[in-house]
Amino acid sequence: MELLPTVWFIAIAVLWTGYLFLEGFDLGVGMLMKLFARNNTERRVLLNTIGPVWDGNEVWLLTAGGATFAAFPLWYASLFSALYLPLLVVLVALIFRAVAFEYRGKVDTDQWRARWDWAIALGSFFAAFGVGAALALTTTGLPLNANGDREGGPLAWFSGYAVLGGLAVVGFSLIHALAFLALKTDGDVRHRARTWFVRLLPVLLLPIAAWALSIQFLDGKPWTWALVLLAVAAAAAAWVWARKGAEGKAFSGLGAFLALGSASIFAAVFPVVLPSTLNEAFDLTISNASSSDYTLGLMSIVAAFGLPLVIAYQAWTYWVFRRRVSAAHIPEAHSFLPAIAARAFTTKG
Amino acid sequence: MDALEIARWQFGITTVYHFMMVPLTIGLGLVVAVMQTAWHRTGNPEYLRMTKFWGKLFLINFIMGVATGIVQEFQFGMAWSEYSRFVGDVFGAPLALEALLAFFVESTFLGLWIFGWKQLKPGIHLACLWIAVIGSIFSAYFIIVANSWMQHPVGVEMIDGRPVMTDAWAVFTNNTALVAVPHTLFGALAVAGGFLLGIAWYHLWRRRRDGVDTVGADGKVIPGESADIPGRDRDDHKVWLRSLRIGAVVAMISFAGTALTGDLQGKLMFEQQPMKMAAAEAACHDGTGFSVLSIGNLGSQNCDDIVALIEVPGILSYLAKGDFTTEVQGVNSLLPQYKEAYGTHLPDNPIYGERAGQEIDYLPVMEVTYWGFRMMIGFGGLAALAALVALWITRKGTVPESRWLMRLAVFGILAPFGANAAGWIFTEMGRQPFVVAPNPDPSGIDQVFMFTAAAVSPGVSAGELLASLVTLTAVYAVLLVVEVKLLVKYIRGGVVSAMPELVHAPADENEDATPGTGGPGGGKPGDDVLAFAY
Repeated sequence: MELLPTVWFIAIAVLWTGYLFLEGFDLGVGMLMKLFARNNTERRVLLNTIGPVWDGNEVWLLTAGGATFAAFPLWYASLFSALYLPLLVVLVALIFRAVAFEYRGKVDTDQWRARWDWAIALGSFFAAFGVGAALALTTTGLPLNANGDREGGPLAWFSGYAVLGGLAVVGFSLIHALAFLALKTDGDVRHRARTWFVRLLPVLLLPIAAWALSIQFLDGKPWTWALVLLAVAAAAAAWVWARKGAEGKAFSGLGAFLALGSASIFAAVFPVVLPSTLNEAFDLTISNASSSDYTLGLMSIVAAFGLPLVIAYQAWTYWVFRRRVSAAHIPEAHSFLPAIAARAFTTKG
Repeated sequence: MDALEIARWQFGITTVYHFMMVPLTIGLGLVVAVMQTAWHRTGNPEYLRMTKFWGKLFLINFIMGVATGIVQEFQFGMAWSEYSRFVGDVFGAPLALEALLAFFVESTFLGLWIFGWKQLKPGIHLACLWIAVIGSIFSAYFIIVANSWMQHPVGVEMIDGRPVMTDAWAVFTNNTALVAVPHTLFGALAVAGGFLLGIAWYHLWRRRRDGVDTVGADGKVIPGESADIPGRDRDDHKVWLRSLRIGAVVAMISFAGTALTGDLQGKLMFEQQPMKMAAAEAACHDGTGFSVLSIGNLGSQNCDDIVALIEVPGILSYLAKGDFTTEVQGVNSLLPQYKEAYGTHLPDNPIYGERAGQEIDYLPVMEVTYWGFRMMIGFGGLAALAALVALWITRKGTVPESRWLMRLAVFGILAPFGANAAGWIFTEMGRQPFVVAPNPDPSGIDQVFMFTAAAVSPGVSAGELLASLVTLTAVYAVLLVVEVKLLVKYIRGGVVSAMPELVHAPADENEDATPGTGGPGGGKPGDDVLAFAY
């Protein structure tokens, strides 16, 4: 077993887990804009819980992608080209979602806000679904030939696992967002989020649990089965804590569920990074898909300093914006008349 | 069109578009950070207004750069999987490091800056902006290191047909990158300079037209106030005049910077990619003269049609070598050299798809290289000249009443954007038919190159590529309209659009939290949950 490719396999697993942990709740909050929030004020409460942090969370995706390119170029090339259309959907979803966060409040009309609300909700849904499908397929396989290229046309990637993975990340994001909102808001939103969390947890975690279990049936080892059991225990603990009103613990429990569940999946498929469903000989593994030890060594040194630093300053950001947001904190919409046209003006409010 | 051509159009369109947002982000970020620093040091309220107004426009634009940047990282793997497999060992690292060391910094600290006006102490809040801006500069560095490796592959050895990194220092200090980074940064500042100049001119012009400012007998401005128009007070005049002057100075300095670094870059390129530079000149024969105007059918890819109407002897030699006499090789001398070194036909390898075995055209599209090169220099120079004229015209404190001059200043904002786009299109198209360009000079590593025809994803159909080309172009077009509309709305609104506190009734003010009236030491940190809200 090669040391550095293994290290980078773990690093990429950590990056994807970090991405799902952090962007998980902001994707979920995005979907809840339409599913949960009752009025514009509540939608703004939701938005402002993730306002300062969503962009930093999304960089975990870029880093996971970039690290895959650098450490396992053949994995990156095969996965991204085989999933051309689903990743196009993810890109468009992420574009609209990002722009919507920034532009939604920039014009003070209901129609403008309603359009961007849809962009946020649908953008979040399709991004979560697409990322989930891609992650599931890299664990269950794609129809790749000897060169690592997809056979069978633009939709050859489609399988039940794509749907399962998509639902898994959508479901996890929603429940994670409810835990996050219970922790980060106050008043009615907080209490409703907690109630929804307790009620919906078993349903929303079902697909992700099904994915983890099917991977165990395909490739599991005794100790990866143990990780699944621990993950289920963490989810159960989160549920119990949420019922007791311990929001911080419930959120942490769910985080532990994700970390353990994701570890169980990555560990089970190791050392294969992308199986070929056509021929086992075409499987991409950490040995045949990785960069040279020189490149991996260089990146290891940089990441050993860089990643802890990132985690430290992102943690600090959450500390700075640690206070709960509630409807009472939401300022009036800022409407102004242009300096150019105004004769007289009124300030709304 | 086949898959390769669609993929190239897609990369071109998405990259040029992305690079409309990026230089404005980098340039304006630096300018806003300097403005906030000035406010922090002096407590002068004009600087706060400038920070808030230009900062608002910065953010409207920044998000578009973020959104379109994700496409850039993904499409290497999606559309160019063979390229990714070939270069991954050396090209992936700068991309990964860009995300890890630059994007994280940029996005996290910008979030702190946007939302942290009251949560953070003023000095720390300012530091967050500087850190974000420095992050954006690092990001430029890493991506240009990656691009420069495609222009001038260094630090690798060929192992099993793939370049494998053996010398990271050589990759990260590639001489091509070391001149391209400052060239690009000055180019970004030029964009910011023109942006400030045009918009500030517009507001000074409106102030005169609305009768707020008048001009005395000595030609000097007499700033006034308007009770009717929000935000049109005397400080407002200072905001625009100062912005205009900063913009003009930045525009001139950055043109000088791009000219100096561009000269160094040109000399490198004459060594590293002589064909690109010959094509930039439409120079068919060896010579010393710089073409001011060449006619003939540049697009015919046939050197016999091209006549240099006006040529300045010696200048081409100066651009290439620093003297006035060395003969610079033209297309006709270079073509046989390229054919000998890299073959006359594409190899019979399935990687080339239908193009396997076709004859190779080593001449880039000369219409694009010739005019791209001249548009880059021309737009850049025009913008700098306009900035100089603008400083002179506004020496007495305001702009003339002429509507045409105002329009010229506003549309002049586009010139540095044009120069940036033209420069990149020139250098990327001038590299063709290679995606990784071989370097015939001694600094090049033998046989490290890749034809663009071999780079596209073999498993992806033309239909998929067409779907994404159409989708992304349509989405980008819609968002460009939205962004420009929002920018125009906020620009027309003036400072008030970014500082509602300037016009809101004092009844709802916290005495210690009105940045418009207090100095930077004003607000206590943490006195509000949301200093800024979406």
